[in-house]
Amino acid sequence: MAQNAAEAADLAHALVLAPTSAADWVVVAPVAIPIVAGALLMMLRHETRWHAGLAIGALLATFLSNVLLLHRVLTDGPLVMTMGRWLPPFGISFAADVLGASLALVATLVALVGAVYAIADIGTVGRRYGFYPFLMLMMAGVGGAFLTGDIFNLYVWFEVFLISSFGLLVLGSEHPQLDGTTKYAILNLIGTTLFLITVSLLYGAFGTLNMADIARKAGNFRETAPLTTLAALFLLAFGMKAAAFPVNFWLPASYHTPRIVTAALFGGVLTKVGVYALLRTLVMLFPLERDMLSCLIAWGAAATMIIGIMGALAQTDIRRVLGFVVISGVGVMLAGLALGTAEGLSGTIFYAFHSMIVMTALYLLAGVMNGLAGDYSLRSLSGFYASHPLVAAFALLLMLAAAGLPPASGLWPKVLLVRAAIDTGWPWLAFAILATGLLTTLALGRMFLLAIWRMPSGPAPVSAISPRLGYIALGVLALPVLLIGLYPEPVIAVAERAAAGILDSSTYIGSVFPEGAVQ
Amino acid sequence: MEPVLAAVIGLFYAVSIYLMLSKHIIRILLGVAIFSNAVNLTIFTAGRIVREVPPIIPEGLEVLDKVAANPLPQALILTAIVISFSFFAFLLVLAFRAYQDLDTDDTDGMRLAEPKGEDLPPLGY
Repeated sequence: MAQNAAEAADLAHALVLAPTSAADWVVVAPVAIPIVAGALLMMLRHETRWHAGLAIGALLATFLSNVLLLHRVLTDGPLVMTMGRWLPPFGISFAADVLGASLALVATLVALVGAVYAIADIGTVGRRYGFYPFLMLMMAGVGGAFLTGDIFNLYVWFEVFLISSFGLLVLGSEHPQLDGTTKYAILNLIGTTLFLITVSLLYGAFGTLNMADIARKAGNFRETAPLTTLAALFLLAFGMKAAAFPVNFWLPASYHTPRIVTAALFGGVLTKVGVYALLRTLVMLFPLERDMLSCLIAWGAAATMIIGIMGALAQTDIRRVLGFVVISGVGVMLAGLALGTAEGLSGTIFYAFHSMIVMTALYLLAGVMNGLAGDYSLRSLSGFYASHPLVAAFALLLMLAAAGLPPASGLWPKVLLVRAAIDTGWPWLAFAILATGLLTTLALGRMFLLAIWRMPSGPAPVSAISPRLGYIALGVLALPVLLIGLYPEPVIAVAERAAAGILDSSTYIGSVFPEGAVQ
Repeated sequence: MEPVLAAVIGLFYAVSIYLMLSKHIIRILLGVAIFSNAVNLTIFTAGRIVREVPPIIPEGLEVLDKVAANPLPQALILTAIVISFSFFAFLLVLAFRAYQDLDTDDTDGMRLAEPKGEDLPPLGY
């Protein structure tokens, strides 16, 4: 009996002995539900009429579990679950903090709206080719990337959502899609492989892959390991995923080619995963190295914003305009990363929430306009103000939001970022953010002027398809845009807590390695 | 052992980057395949190379009694191989399909998504 007790004591050093309480399963639910639903949908490939219902139900469940998770993280601090009962750093941990949980929540909301819009946009053929399974697996990958606490696991989730995004992007196999997907696939694969190189060098230096473990050990390795090189490689790899200048050319080559709902989800969600990974690695793991690179990041951010939005000014196709607006938004987010102060980072995180919702809504708006008029070109679109005032109202609100004007949600993160830039002593970065706002107003204002206000040249196009589903989707997305714009306090509070959680990682580390765990 | 492997890995990276700089999709794909193998070797080397026994605890003991090989890099490489293999398979099919449909594997000729000399948007009504 005594020997058994000793053995149990030994085991306690290596294994989690207490069973995970049912409530803690909420950490993995946002990943597990979409995976199970994706597998189920794949098995029901031929039963296309069940696809939409099943996928929307599963995404709704994921959304609710994300709400629960964020609530628990906000009240109790980071929530950790370790796979296979091995204590961290040996077992793979899922660690949800405010940053990951809140981004996962917004991403799921956007995906849910996309799945609803896809009922009309994706026909039987698209469903047979697996639109909904790909969507579910992509959301599983995105959720996993936001919630995992292990850097190799982060790589695996990147690959999961990447290969699903290939499937979504090429769905339909039209010629421009094949062209766009080839470039998207090759460049993104090189980007994630760069990430893997960095992970292997990191493992060679630290001997651990657990992010909390890396964060607490980074101080011991500053003298011996090339941490700045690692941080620079992370910046390059995730900058490529986030579409930061000068490694962003895959985005304008591909985002306008697929079905509009796919473009909406990509433009809304995928680049933000890259920004999230940059925040996680550069701010939480290598803060001193981020400080050394901050000037480089700031110039990259300014170039991304300005060059991105200047690309938007030169486009005729609305979808291509929006692709460039996505890029310039990434530049605005990188500005906060370059500043690295609590205010700058909360601005970045707030902007990520805002950008996910607004970019998806703008793409869906383009889809609604295309459904009514049969075109995406600014040359032929006209007269929506007269024929469809609701489209005009949505367009006005979303345009104001993307440009960062009141009363929409884009104003507040830019206020935070501009103030942080001036406080840090980089007025030129604040100027770049404001100039980007002006140029965005021009690019999208012209879209509004031509497509909405211009009097139709011929008789108004009569469309057989009712845009009711599109109005519902846009309404669900426009409501938070307006509400956040009018009353931003709760979102600012969440963004501030998320920024504080990565700036001072002691709570995160403490929740992965509670007292008594092996050092 | 590590210096030799480092040189080999460097050669792999050099070859793969040279191939990926080509205009032809098929060469880029060969470059990508070599690139992912170079990464696998990097992980392998990063895990330290020792001529030691497999990490199996002998009977009667509770911990390893001598230095053993590190099993984790092998698990990581296995994961990376599976992923890069599936991606490579997808890319091969995609490239072949693009070649069939677009009639070229020269990236300069693949301008369907971003056509040359597009009109600027209208400047007024």
